[in-house]
Amino acid sequence: MKIRLATVWLGGCAGCHMSFLDLDEFLIDLADAVDLVYSPVVDVKEFPENVDLCLIEGAVCNVDNLEILHKVRARSKVLVAFGDCAVTGNVPAMRNQFGIDNADNVLQRAYIENAQFNPVKPRQDGIVPALLERVLPVHEVVYVEHFLPGCPPPAARIKALVAQLLAGTEPKLEGTNLKFG
Amino acid sequence: MAAKTLTIDGKQISAEEGATVLQAATEAGIVIPTLCHLEGVYDVGACRLCIVEVTGTPKLLPACTTKVAEGMEIKTDSERLRKYRRMILELLFAERNHVCAVCVSNGHCELQTLAYSQGLDHVRYEYTFPKWKVDTTHNLFGMDHNRCVLCSRCVRVCWHIEGAGTKNVSGRGGKSQIITDLNQPWGEAESCTSCGKCVQSCPTGALFHKGSTVGEMERDRGKLEFIVTAREKKQWIATD
Repeated sequence: MKIRLATVWLGGCAGCHMSFLDLDEFLIDLADAVDLVYSPVVDVKEFPENVDLCLIEGAVCNVDNLEILHKVRARSKVLVAFGDCAVTGNVPAMRNQFGIDNADNVLQRAYIENAQFNPVKPRQDGIVPALLERVLPVHEVVYVEHFLPGCPPPAARIKALVAQLLAGTEPKLEGTNLKFG
Repeated sequence: MAAKTLTIDGKQISAEEGATVLQAATEAGIVIPTLCHLEGVYDVGACRLCIVEVTGTPKLLPACTTKVAEGMEIKTDSERLRKYRRMILELLFAERNHVCAVCVSNGHCELQTLAYSQGLDHVRYEYTFPKWKVDTTHNLFGMDHNRCVLCSRCVRVCWHIEGAGTKNVSGRGGKSQIITDLNQPWGEAESCTSCGKCVQSCPTGALFHKGSTVGEMERDRGKLEFIVTAREKKQWIATD
């Protein structure tokens, strides 16, 4: 039976997914071993049930991220925090340094102070998700089985982890394979 | 000077009286992880990464400030030590804003290297995200307090190699910070000779040459050792 693989894109730059696509010919081996049931690169709208393995890119930045993350946890056996944003909060979490009003302050700066035309803070309930008070790494919200640091994790590092997971061994990354940044 | 005989990781070694456990281990080819230690200046035991187990002592002792003694039995690696070393590193990451991906020292950072070599894959503590400033008032150098681990290397090289005494530590606990002169902007610190030894000594991206961007800050510790060797032994030996 093929492994049901999903990848999710929360608050990140998509660089981790780009690095995933850099797996080159390993993608062909992967295609034989997995069914990609949900991902930014496949057109599935709803996160499915019974996912075996899910890679999560990005930090938890807004109410949408939070909602899907809880759904992902409930419907997946194994979660991997995929890249520095998911593992540490990384660049998206830098707004946390600006204190309790940081979400409002960054919107003010980006959409009002620096706006050339039509200065207005984007807000449309149900369409534009509200920012959380504090950006969180994935493991501060839900239990995460494995961590794959890097900004982005190089393709070889992704392969090292995924290959171990597919082989059914307890994955272990060591040395520079754990390098942040 | 009298020699002391001791055991480190089961290996019988002898070391000069007055030597530290770290010196004795290094001479015997045993590597102990360090962060605040810097060749050329005295040790202060600030980071606690070099902690070792000494038989007969319940406390873990820092190898850099513990002197060798006759018959000492030392363990530099154990489950317990690995647990505490990882904990120390995680606390350092949680205490300030070390965003490796956008750091001048990415790829050349001692904190980053220690983290992966000690198997740190994530930080279990809640990040504190404190608000710290970046001082860019000096015309050559910058100080980013977000990336400072308070190892005090810069303070020690400033006082004891350059002899300027510009850098100091102020405050207590997590609110401690490196200051210049009487907590003035670095550019206004009159005692600073702009020698740059502090920048060479910094293990992270806290001190940097202005104009360097992500991953560009590489340091030459050899310059510091060269000066100290020249002064103490009157030997002008350039390291490559």
